[in-house]
Amino acid sequence: MSGQMTRQTEGNPDAREVVLAARNVAKSYGNVHALKGVNFDIHRGQVTTLFGENGAGKSTLMKILSGVIQPTTGQIILDGRPVSFANANEARDRGISIIHQELSLAPNLSVRDNIFMGRELRGPMGVDFAEEERQVRILMEELEEEIDPLTPVEELRLGQQQIVEIARALSVDSRILIMDEPTSALSASEVEVLFKVIRDLTAKGVSIVYISHHLEEALTITDHAVVLRDGTMTAYAPRADIDLEWIVRNMVGENYDLGSPPDSARGQVALSIRNLSVPDQTGQDLVRNLSLDLRAGEIVCIYGLMGAGRTELLETCAGRLRASGGEIVLEGQEISHLPIGERIARGLALVPEDRQRDGLVQTMSVGQNLSLASIRNFTRGLFTSSRAERTLVDDSIRSVTVKTSGGGAPIGSLSGGNQQKVVIGKMLATNPRVIMLDEPSRGIDIGAKAEVFRLLAEGARRGLAVIYSTSEVSECLSIAHRIIVMHKGRISAEFDSTVSKEKIMAASGESVAA
Amino acid sequence: MSATTTAPKQDGFSIGRLLLEGRAFFALIAIIAVFSFLSPNYFTVSNFLIMSSQVAIYGILSVGMLLVILNGGIDLSVGSILALCGVCAGAMMQGVTLEWAGVILYPPVWAVVVLTIAIGAAVGALNGVLVAFFKVPPFVATLGVMYVARGVALLMTNGLTYNNLRGQEALGNTGFNWLGFNRLWGIPISVIVLAVVAVLAGLMLSRSAFGRWLYASGGNERAAELSGVPVRLVKITVYTISGALSAVAGLVLASQLTSAGPTAGTTYELTAIAAVVIGGAALTGGRGGVRGTMLGAFVIGFLSAGLVIIGVSSYWQTVFTGAVIVLAVLMNSIQYGRGGRKS
Repeated sequence: MSGQMTRQTEGNPDAREVVLAARNVAKSYGNVHALKGVNFDIHRGQVTTLFGENGAGKSTLMKILSGVIQPTTGQIILDGRPVSFANANEARDRGISIIHQELSLAPNLSVRDNIFMGRELRGPMGVDFAEEERQVRILMEELEEEIDPLTPVEELRLGQQQIVEIARALSVDSRILIMDEPTSALSASEVEVLFKVIRDLTAKGVSIVYISHHLEEALTITDHAVVLRDGTMTAYAPRADIDLEWIVRNMVGENYDLGSPPDSARGQVALSIRNLSVPDQTGQDLVRNLSLDLRAGEIVCIYGLMGAGRTELLETCAGRLRASGGEIVLEGQEISHLPIGERIARGLALVPEDRQRDGLVQTMSVGQNLSLASIRNFTRGLFTSSRAERTLVDDSIRSVTVKTSGGGAPIGSLSGGNQQKVVIGKMLATNPRVIMLDEPSRGIDIGAKAEVFRLLAEGARRGLAVIYSTSEVSECLSIAHRIIVMHKGRISAEFDSTVSKEKIMAASGESVAA
Repeated sequence: MSATTTAPKQDGFSIGRLLLEGRAFFALIAIIAVFSFLSPNYFTVSNFLIMSSQVAIYGILSVGMLLVILNGGIDLSVGSILALCGVCAGAMMQGVTLEWAGVILYPPVWAVVVLTIAIGAAVGALNGVLVAFFKVPPFVATLGVMYVARGVALLMTNGLTYNNLRGQEALGNTGFNWLGFNRLWGIPISVIVLAVVAVLAGLMLSRSAFGRWLYASGGNERAAELSGVPVRLVKITVYTISGALSAVAGLVLASQLTSAGPTAGTTYELTAIAAVVIGGAALTGGRGGVRGTMLGAFVIGFLSAGLVIIGVSSYWQTVFTGAVIVLAVLMNSIQYGRGGRKS
């Protein structure tokens, strides 16, 4: 054991004490290997960043480090001794805390109550609020943040809420802090504050495990980089040895084929978006004055970071969100006043981003889900024709290659990739002219991803206009004829299929922080 | 995931599963068996017909309640709509005075029936509009309408009851009691009304596009909406149907009693919810069916009638009904709790 440790330290120019180490850590769910043989060290008072695309295994690794799940094989070594955590609370007791992307604060409670939630200090008269408040004030002083302990969390800006989460972790004497995409929703100035807090923490000896999609931003703060791809650790190196290009190369890989643009004939403009603006609840534009034409037989990819406005653009076209200005024209007809059902009937279909929340009805069978959007096609008079429905369902299962025991199987029995194919099959069954897919590859494995892309390419050959969004740059350079990069609600660049990955990433704003 | 865990013990499990899935049916069989054993008067054709005509009222209400619950909502106003509609029917049978014309109109019974159902549907539609367009939570919207409808019924009669609903030969409005007292082929009309309502609702749920829309929007409203289902229309429609069926139940009850009072149908909404739940529907929406709900209504009706026949105190009936409901919900959570949700 100790021999291995020394070897690791020797290979590393940085000889700081290793507080937490992963040794051959692997995790599999049935036949799916989410994580394979990961090895790296976390040093005292340093920032270690996990890089990787969605589904690369970052979150699995993070959950293992924080005790939420246990590795199938391999060891976690804390302070030189192998440990195994039964749950996240046990890990927290040993000094490992995690701050999730979705903050776990109760917005209606005060900062003080949130920090002591679940472990309130008891005095002779119930909860000792005064003592709690005193401790929170000390914490906030240490963090050099002017947040009053009695402010309700909902009145704080997001960046401040993040600080509250950090304070909560520190209040239980965490030595290792895992931060999942902490900057994704922060403004540039809030990011600076957060980075200052991180630097202060590391100076005090706290180790940070950092996860981010903003590569350059992460490079400014990290001391070590761990890169994951498809569950395998592809690289592990100190900051001095790496640059942006190195990360991208290791993240995306060289030999990764999701198909190529089909040689389909381009037809008329099928969908035309003109000067579209979409506001959020506060009136801020999520999509700003955006124009885009899509031809029959064409495949367009929209690349952008979280919050770039991709989802809002597609959902507005589908009719879920209301535009504040602009036109949506489907095959020459303005459709922005029509309800969703009417848009589907005219040939505009959306496969939403979150299939559990927006795509599937979990209480219904595979077949009922597949036929849901095209009920009118098999309704004869008042009643549905079960024979016509069965034909439609069987055809759909075959054409989108859903692996299922039949149309009557519960939707929950399917794997993520097959569920996604059901959602796509449901919309394809409506015989659309234009299909929009929001992150169609989210949470599905490589094999299913390739099949989904093959389906889309096939559709384009038959004259279907396809538009899909992605946050994975490797998916842009696959079947798309045209790549559109969105940044803060606008189109920031447009490329053809020969562009390099670096150029796409640069246009998305991933390098803005540098 | 669930397939792999249940497959090896399929054989040992099948009886348990059958009992679980057909629980309302087996409960009904058990109730009939136990009371037939305890009382010689229970297992007779005449008793079953009497019990069934009592079940009819709850049964009709619970079909409407089922539709609302499948949609993921709840309708607390059915008992009050029942009373309001009963009172409206009573008022029309007494004659509608048109002061500006100086006449008293005595509408024929068919017109009374149609108008009463229209009033029920209108009150139901009000529920639907509140829930679908103004985003009032169904519990609160229907709670409010429950109070308002009851209050209007009390105002209309000043708290009194219309007693003479038989009509007069001379006025051409006789026959109101036909609904409650007559029989077709020996079966009470109320039971036939229930059967017709149940069959129509069953067909609608299993065979019509609307039925599919209802299950989909109850199971996942966001997904249904993005699939082109007119979710608001579905909502308004189910509350409207629930209101109309409350009116039908109100007519049947008024006809059985040959009187219409503003306090009729108090707490009937709870019995209707109980029937739907015992019938295996999920209060979260999307799961359930007419067959289960009918079994649920008969379980409640036959249980309380049986307890009366063997001379158990009516206070105990309340205790038993409550126990049955809790047991039913417990079983629902066993059935729906595993599988499905996990992913």
